[in-house]
Amino acid sequence: MEYTNHKNYIIDGAGRRWFLKQSSALVGMLALPPLIGQAGTAPASSVPPGLPMKRAITLRINRKAYRIEVEPRETLLDVLRERLDLIGSKKGCDHGQCGACTVHIDGRTANACLLLAVMQQDRDITTIEGLAPSPDRLHPLQTAFVEHDGLQCGFCTPGQIMSGVAVLREGHAGSTAQIKEWMSGNICRCGAYSGIVDAIEAVQKGGRQV
Amino acid sequence: MAKKLIGDPIDRIDGDLKVTGRARYSADMKRPDMVYGVLVMSSIGNGRIRSFDTAETLKMPGVLTVMSYGNAPKVAGINKNKPSEVATDRVMSLFQDNKVHYNNQPIAMVIADTFEHAVDGAARVKVTYESQKPKPPLPAGRNNTFTPERLPRYDDQVDTKRGNLKAGLSGASTKVTETYTTPTQTHNALEPHALIAYWEGEKLTMYNATQGVSGVQKRISELFGMPKENVRVIAQFVGGGFGSKGATWSHVMLAPMAAKLVGKPVKLVLMREHMFGMVGWRSSTVQKMVVGTKKDGEFTALSHDTISQTSAFDEFAEPAGTISRMMYASPNMESTHRLIRANIGTPSAMRAPGEAPGVFALESVVDEVAYAINMDPIALRLKNYAETDPHKNLPFSSKSLRECYQQGAERFGWAKRTPEPRSMREGNELIGMGMASSIYPVNRAESTALVRIKPDGKVQVETGTQDIGTGTYTVMTQVAADVLGLSPDDVTLSAGDTRFPESTTSGGSRTTASTGSAVTQAAQAVLKQAKQLAYKDKRSPLFNVAEAEIVAENGRLQTKSDPRQGETFVSLLKRNGSKPLEAKMLSKSADEKDNYSLNAFGSIFAEVRIDEALGRIRVSRMIGTFAAGRILNAKTARSQILGGMIWGVSMALLEDTLIDPRTGRVMNPNLAEYHVPVNADIEEIDGFFIEEKDETVNPAGVKGIGEIGVVGSVSAIANAVYHATGKRIRDLPITLEKVLDYR
Ligand code: FES
Ligand code: FES
Repeated sequence: MEYTNHKNYIIDGAGRRWFLKQSSALVGMLALPPLIGQAGTAPASSVPPGLPMKRAITLRINRKAYRIEVEPRETLLDVLRERLDLIGSKKGCDHGQCGACTVHIDGRTANACLLLAVMQQDRDITTIEGLAPSPDRLHPLQTAFVEHDGLQCGFCTPGQIMSGVAVLREGHAGSTAQIKEWMSGNICRCGAYSGIVDAIEAVQKGGRQV
Repeated sequence: MAKKLIGDPIDRIDGDLKVTGRARYSADMKRPDMVYGVLVMSSIGNGRIRSFDTAETLKMPGVLTVMSYGNAPKVAGINKNKPSEVATDRVMSLFQDNKVHYNNQPIAMVIADTFEHAVDGAARVKVTYESQKPKPPLPAGRNNTFTPERLPRYDDQVDTKRGNLKAGLSGASTKVTETYTTPTQTHNALEPHALIAYWEGEKLTMYNATQGVSGVQKRISELFGMPKENVRVIAQFVGGGFGSKGATWSHVMLAPMAAKLVGKPVKLVLMREHMFGMVGWRSSTVQKMVVGTKKDGEFTALSHDTISQTSAFDEFAEPAGTISRMMYASPNMESTHRLIRANIGTPSAMRAPGEAPGVFALESVVDEVAYAINMDPIALRLKNYAETDPHKNLPFSSKSLRECYQQGAERFGWAKRTPEPRSMREGNELIGMGMASSIYPVNRAESTALVRIKPDGKVQVETGTQDIGTGTYTVMTQVAADVLGLSPDDVTLSAGDTRFPESTTSGGSRTTASTGSAVTQAAQAVLKQAKQLAYKDKRSPLFNVAEAEIVAENGRLQTKSDPRQGETFVSLLKRNGSKPLEAKMLSKSADEKDNYSLNAFGSIFAEVRIDEALGRIRVSRMIGTFAAGRILNAKTARSQILGGMIWGVSMALLEDTLIDPRTGRVMNPNLAEYHVPVNADIEEIDGFFIEEKDETVNPAGVKGIGEIGVVGSVSAIANAVYHATGKRIRDLPITLEKVLDYR
């Protein structure tokens, strides 16, 4: 693992290397156009009675369609993280109490740990990975978080940014107090709150459409 | 390119990875064939397991096995699993016997192909117990204490005596005796403890959320009875630790044991509710303070007696009295530490262990004395200002506390405060202003770093440290760049992995002082090599120029007198075979600790507003001013300080782990009921550093800043609550029902 001030990320570590290979294969397989009308058909399988049946579903995440088979009890967060390797959404509590798993569903914030993946078909899901306009450019709020040090350990950060973008878009960044109120569904145990508020205010003042 | 200087507020080098979600924390790693472990926890507080019924679980699809007492692999180094003088070596629950020492102790692990299958399987394990009555935690048992073997820091004595306390008290005109209590606090780093463990033959690799990759490597290898080299620990990113990831707890052994049992990589992520007990917490305390003072405020006597609690099977004593020994120049001082045993998970170090609860008691009682003798609290503190360390009887390497008081008071507007309690209000709200001193000792441990100047003039730093959110990765590049006269942009850091030279555990605010010193020294050594190379190289413009005459600046070596006489690292290395230069240095304390008392100091000023009818408490304003040696990065340093102060707000007003004394069960093991501050809880807050040059403290010239923000904040708020309401709350957290009956 190497870090530089060039902000280069040099891939290292056996696990990481393996997964990169694996996940590019995965994406190739799954990046299909949405299969409207076909989703939700339960495949025949030999699940013992009383146990949940797997269902084939299509999820639209970050402008890409993913066709997968899931058990009805799998949460969106676990599907994102464990099945699709979209690990930017974090699991801090798994109970809707911390906000680390915040994503956008049809433009509104939601805790991915509280949603069942099977119920998210035909919705537009955006995760932190899909926020930036392109792989080599950051969303203005992402840039502002780095500039204003709105993070320490970074674990709450994806969730904070997803909430922050929604706060800006929904017009709740009118005052410091309002930002603080609307950002209070996201816990930052490191206590990076001032930087988080500064970052949101900076983007709000910048006046750019986010 | 403008050269970035040490101290400059440069952005975190891992910032982009963190804001894009590309930073991979331990639980984000994947391995081929990886399976999931989910723990089964005890539901009694004391006793033994009579039997496990796993039949239903084992029938479930995807479940590989249930690991518990009976089939868990034997631990070769199990004799090492006992109370130890190393504060981070805790006794683990490794399923080697059927004893239950506390409620919510791990007793089995279900391993399955998916997370869902493992969770479901774990819920279906049936356990029968032979149950005994658990020993309750504090305040029960406070009359039945014992003396701990040791305090966590090896050089802290358990009990101390200076002068004659009795005589000091009899010479006092005013005596204040009060008892302060603090609750059990649980770290709750946002990232759950997590690891992925896999074996390749005899070699074990772990992606592990830890504050110390080297510490885990050592502990795990001794428990498995295998050479250290066979264990590799990787922690690229860590989502906060605050002490809880400093020790190697049970799960760090259980996952590799499970991986061995099933022959596959095992991912084990603790659930939030599992982290209340098995991964440490801050012990609750009962602290009796006595202060004797003359009319003019001079302390004649001070004592601090602490009771904290430990588990039934290990020993950790919260060192709350250590600061009282040296903070004020009282000629007569006594301090003791006692423990009770309870059926709870073993307490451990939590951000400012000892200092946070201890200074809450100390700086509260000093405020009480100030009111008792009608003296300004800053004046009282200055009256008893310790010019030298009265406990160690040593000079301070540097101490700028006076300046911290003065600048803090100015920034805060202390002069506007009317001292009378309940004398300031606005609308429905009573306003209170309080202040307190902050302090944190400088810790330093052995660390190694390697610095390499590559033929392209870029620099590579390798050290097995980790960044738990403090900005370590960023400042390490700054330290090397500073010595070598480069921009941090030219420095690459390799860290977070035991493959790199061994570095200390990130705890006790010691990383920058320890690893930063190692990087400084290695960079100095490699610079010396470069200078010597130039000295001997006939073709170098620096041929025959003495080392002391050469400086490194802007990527060049040049003479002090004439910057034009010199050359770049690139040209020097190119002429000399294009080979890199490198130096590896082990850095450890010399005798600075024997000759000086090493501490960072600070002052905290807090304003609270309390709704008179509802008792709602807001910390409306908080200012921290600190003197902590050289500040390497103004941006990340400020974040550290503010984070610490927010922990102060949290400890003062919110945090409380509620343990049912009848069952030993935690009643609020989740982030909804265990309160930590959210954004709206934190209003105006700012932190400042006073310039302090200290060349004695360590080669990097730094004092730790990770914990000092917490220390004085708790009592500053408590003192402000008194000023607002006239009610002294000596029992944390200060909640509204405690202030409501203030009339
Ligand atoms: S993980 Fe979803 S809110 Fe905490
Ligand atoms: S940055 Fe660590 S939890 Fe927010």
